[in-house]
Amino acid sequence: MGLPDDYRAMARIRRFEERLAALKDDGEIPGSIHLCNGQEAIPVGAARALRDGDHVTATYRGHGWALTRGVDMTGLFAEMMGRDSAVNGGRAASPYLSDPGRWFMGENSIVGAGVPIATGAALTAQRTGSGAVSVVSIGDGAMNQGNVHEAINLAAVLDLPLVLVVENNVYSEMSRIEDMVRIRQLAERAAGYGIPGRVVDGNDPDAVAQAVTEAVTRAREGTGPSIVEAMTERLVGHYSGDVQHYRPAGEIAAAREREPLVRIRAAADAELTARLDAIDAEVAAEVEAAVAAAREVPFPDPATVKEYVYV
Amino acid sequence: MSESLRYIQAVNAALAWALDSRSDTVYFGEDVALPGGPFGATKGLHKRFGSDRIFDTPISETGFLGMALGAAMTGLRPIAEIMYADFSFVAMDQIVNQIATIRYSSAGRWKAPLVIRMQQGYSPGACAQHSHSVEAYFAHTPGLRVALPSTPDDAYQMLRTAVTSDDPVVVAEARMLYPTRGPVRADAPVEPIGGARVVRDGRDATVVAWSRMVPAALAAADQLAAEGFETEVIDLRWLNPLDFDTVGASVSRTGRLVVAHEANLTGGFGAEIAARATSECFADLKAPVARVAAPDVPMPAAPALQKAVVPEAEHVAEAVRATVRR
Ligand SMILES: Cc1ncc(C[n+]2csc(CCOP(=O)(O)OP(=O)(O)O)c2C)c(N)n1
Repeated sequence: MGLPDDYRAMARIRRFEERLAALKDDGEIPGSIHLCNGQEAIPVGAARALRDGDHVTATYRGHGWALTRGVDMTGLFAEMMGRDSAVNGGRAASPYLSDPGRWFMGENSIVGAGVPIATGAALTAQRTGSGAVSVVSIGDGAMNQGNVHEAINLAAVLDLPLVLVVENNVYSEMSRIEDMVRIRQLAERAAGYGIPGRVVDGNDPDAVAQAVTEAVTRAREGTGPSIVEAMTERLVGHYSGDVQHYRPAGEIAAAREREPLVRIRAAADAELTARLDAIDAEVAAEVEAAVAAAREVPFPDPATVKEYVYV
Repeated sequence: MSESLRYIQAVNAALAWALDSRSDTVYFGEDVALPGGPFGATKGLHKRFGSDRIFDTPISETGFLGMALGAAMTGLRPIAEIMYADFSFVAMDQIVNQIATIRYSSAGRWKAPLVIRMQQGYSPGACAQHSHSVEAYFAHTPGLRVALPSTPDDAYQMLRTAVTSDDPVVVAEARMLYPTRGPVRADAPVEPIGGARVVRDGRDATVVAWSRMVPAALAAADQLAAEGFETEVIDLRWLNPLDFDTVGASVSRTGRLVVAHEANLTGGFGAEIAARATSECFADLKAPVARVAAPDVPMPAAPALQKAVVPEAEHVAEAVRATVRR
């Protein structure tokens, strides 16, 4: 791991999300999509702390987590295109996809609902002594959901190997999080559960990796859950089609100066810049190939619509 | 070999069987481990199986039903107890949006082999928030199985079936039946899921009931027999999978159908049975399908008022008489 690897991993997510937005504009993606442009350093940093067998649970803004967990890119595009993808056969689409083969418990389109479910994966790890941890990512707004509170407290009293990553992108959908809570940092709530909580720069994969590694180590040792609050900013709308009238003038432009990819490029010398350019070209080719392959995946057979309700 | 047990003891025996015979089962809920459960369903289990297998949770139905799902997805077979069925409503998201959908939405790549055990129905003095009959909410939800045992033996057999099912099962027991006693076949093989049962033969009318209304329907059939009507009584047992074949076969013989449940009338599962009977047995019906149910009011707490709404044997008998008269 190191800078070029992190850059590549983040660039893959960025390019993936940009390509999705274009496909959405072209009418190739039927449903709503929630992109994570600007937040890529969080799944990429966290991935460094994880190994095979560790479960990851995310939200509808979870494409970055799916990619860093190793879910097949072609499958992801095909799933979102409503095709019979190997990921979920067109039954999940952008906000609810999952991949057991990659320990990706899935996204969730109910705000906060993934936290109790991730707690269950942590229970299995604890009861079977597998040594695995369960990492769950949510947004800042999700911290105000009762299900999140219930799950963190449960994980705390049972000493479960759970790591809650809060991606604080300042907005709870279209409302500023500062108008929704009376505390400055959401990680302060950790004290209320008797567990550690840390705030990190979520646009720096090293900072995220360090904090999540600490939390994961603690979890693997059987000492229980932690909260990592990663500060970041969304470079795009909450959902496809969001005109972001609620964001003050200049805010997005300023965020573009601070986002993780630009940050690496700003500090790069000529040699590194050339390497990053080469990575960008490779990533673009990989993404184009995945889109092309996804377009070859057939649409699901309507005759199968009743399959999979029951075992 | 069968022994005589109370309904609640049969539940306890099934849970002991599950924890004993399947090392992947875990049991959790509120006050279930050290206290042994508010009704004694888990009495002695913590002592026998230890905290690894059965433990108390905080009062967090959403949290621990979500935990049950995540644990089921990753290899355990959790049995989660909701103390009163009424409290399942605070966890509806996890039941309806999460537990019921994960298998389908992942194209069968995940499964959720878990049991949500609860008890339901009115009891004297219990208020609206401790008296709901919840079966229609869950029978409406694709992805869930729904079991409503009415006897000690079924409390035992159906719970064991639920534990071995690879689909999520809601087992809604009848609190009012907990003290009832009956033979329980402890060593019977685990039954496949589903299946209604004809619990009394008769040629003049069919009564379909479940849960507490089964003994009520049997009592009604006794009264009616004295009047010369022979009533067939079907214990539906499972609302999902629904065994309508058994109902249809009976209606084709009797030509008359009464459905009885304690839940209130509108949108109750009786409406589903009536609709199916109309579409599948129309030619056999000699009279309109009748429904016996509580009226559409929240459950009052005062026994004098409860008496005015809770369906009993005499309501079933009267419905059968009215049907036969038509
Ligand atoms: C229970 C629930 N309530 C409301 C919504 C609608 N909704 C979707 S995303 C969202 C905002 C969540 O904000 P946050 O948790 O900060 O995450 P972000 O979108 O910023 O990643 C809302 C309100 C939902 N999906 N689920």
